[in-house]
Amino acid sequence: MTTEMKGLNLKEINKSYGNVKAVDNVSLDIKSGEFFTLLGPSGCGKTTLLRIIAGLELQDSGLVVLDDEDITIQPAIKRQINTVFQSYALFPHLTIFENIAFGLRSRKIADSEVNKRVNKALEMLEIDSMQKRFPHQLSGGQNQRVALARALVNEPKVLLLDEPMSALDAKLRAQVQVELRRLQQRLGQTFILVTHDQDEALVVSDRIAVMKDGEIVQFGTPEQVYDYPKNKFVAEFLGAANLISGTYHDGRLHTDLGVFEIEDTPSWDKGDVAIRPEWIKMSDIKPEINAIKATVKEIIYRGTNFDIWLDPGPLRVRTSSYKKIKIGDEVWLELGAKEMAVLHE
Amino acid sequence: MNKLMIWYGELLSQKSLIKRGFLFLTPGMLWLIIFLVLPGLILIVVSFATRGSYGELVWEFSFENYKRLLGYGIFGWTPDYLLILLRSVIVAIVTTALSVLLSYPLCFFIAGKPERTRYLWLTIVIIPFWTNMVIRTYAWFLILAPEMPFARIAAFFKLISPGMPLYPSAFAVYLGMISMFLPFVALPLFSSVERLDWTLVEAAQDLYSSNVRIFMHAILPQTLPGLSVGVILTFVPAMGMFVVPDLLGGAKYMLVGNLIQQQFGTSRDWAFGAAISMGLMVLTMFSLYLYKRKSKGVDLI
Repeated sequence: MTTEMKGLNLKEINKSYGNVKAVDNVSLDIKSGEFFTLLGPSGCGKTTLLRIIAGLELQDSGLVVLDDEDITIQPAIKRQINTVFQSYALFPHLTIFENIAFGLRSRKIADSEVNKRVNKALEMLEIDSMQKRFPHQLSGGQNQRVALARALVNEPKVLLLDEPMSALDAKLRAQVQVELRRLQQRLGQTFILVTHDQDEALVVSDRIAVMKDGEIVQFGTPEQVYDYPKNKFVAEFLGAANLISGTYHDGRLHTDLGVFEIEDTPSWDKGDVAIRPEWIKMSDIKPEINAIKATVKEIIYRGTNFDIWLDPGPLRVRTSSYKKIKIGDEVWLELGAKEMAVLHE
Repeated sequence: MNKLMIWYGELLSQKSLIKRGFLFLTPGMLWLIIFLVLPGLILIVVSFATRGSYGELVWEFSFENYKRLLGYGIFGWTPDYLLILLRSVIVAIVTTALSVLLSYPLCFFIAGKPERTRYLWLTIVIIPFWTNMVIRTYAWFLILAPEMPFARIAAFFKLISPGMPLYPSAFAVYLGMISMFLPFVALPLFSSVERLDWTLVEAAQDLYSSNVRIFMHAILPQTLPGLSVGVILTFVPAMGMFVVPDLLGGAKYMLVGNLIQQQFGTSRDWAFGAAISMGLMVLTMFSLYLYKRKSKGVDLI
């Protein structure tokens, strides 16, 4: 190979189960040291793709290349890639210490080295006090740390995480997400996370690939994917979105709600744009451009902010500065020209 | 004292609940007392009695029968009876071990079949139970007869002389025993294999395990409950088995089961037979105790 391509490269991966295409011609270049997320609803093929990377599943066609080495036909046992399984898959008959040491013992690494490395991992994940206990004596969050330590202690080139937080409660999950992000930054190791939780993907990732029906729909940084969703699916899957359909001519977007200036130039004559509810400005005074007069229909309290549903539309506005608005009030909305993302099929 | 309580949706007093419990327990308890505890006690008493000159029981109590079992006869000490006991233990252990060895691939094979055909395969495993044990054992006579391929192949390799059947022999005994007990291991083991959590196997693979390591850490601990049941269901009856060794082993391969049968049958020495039975029981209990100690933390059934 002539070009230097450190990291993990997937080339035209295909995998079918019977008539169902689980992974459809996926190519990805994951840089060494980045936190990469495969995001998508259940059944989109993200877990299959992860299992192909791990070597637990063989693709029908395509190549897996790790640090310029073709590992396509290497089984999981040979790959320098380790996985944190969704169920953690800890060995119930082994202590926490032995669980973490498992991969090192498989490779017949000397006891003193095993002790050193396991102790380091125990310390790093703050579970050293539990090393003599068994998995069933630990909480879900603690077991998750053990699973993480068990994979990381092998110093893999790539760490795979298969929905590792789905068994944790919401509060713990939010905390673990941040910790996971910090851990990855400190280690500088390549992490690939599979999740269906868009918040999680946005919090932890350097880059996100949004998957649907075995294909990668959009690929980019969290900001790119969230701010400029490519199509309706991405717009709705990553957070809330107001979808407005209309026609584009004379340099303006003509919709049922009015005629708007938009910064992007769509490639279509008739189509959709999306705007996030938190980007719609609400005021008593009529804005200069892209103004809509709307009536408050419903107010939903969400703790940190409010969701206000308005007519016409229905449009959703998310705001934290809540002036004394009541149902039935009339307000002015401004849909920023910059904030409206043009969607494609 | 007579507290009211809700018992699975029923309002009951504690007293009536206890009364009902006894009502349900009594038939089973009576059955066990009449057909297990009492005969057991009689066996113990008889084992200390003496054989009369016509084979009748004489109620003179002594340790004579046990001494004889340990080898102290009228002609001095011989290890014959102890050897038979030892051979029985060995046959039971080998039968159990080979049945386990054969059951693992069998169970994984069946568990890998789609659900619809899986039960067909299980039925094939169970079908031998539909035939009487003695008839099944006689069937081996036909299969191992001199004209059949197995005996011919053995003769070709000079393992037996031409024109001879493969029985009676230790080989035939093991063949019969394993075919008899394989389902007893395979069925409970299958229930464990069927529920196997394969992610543990994948985790072991992901962590660079050899096949032996995968089996020891990802498969064995998960299948231990079924395996344990299978081992006991095989080992205990295999210790006392007498039909198979009698028919397929002939006089050359006497096991403790045959010895006991002989005492109660042709020898008409019930007292000695009872003593040997006690010996067998003690040996079985001791084996199970060792097994339980070795497999600490695993529930035996």
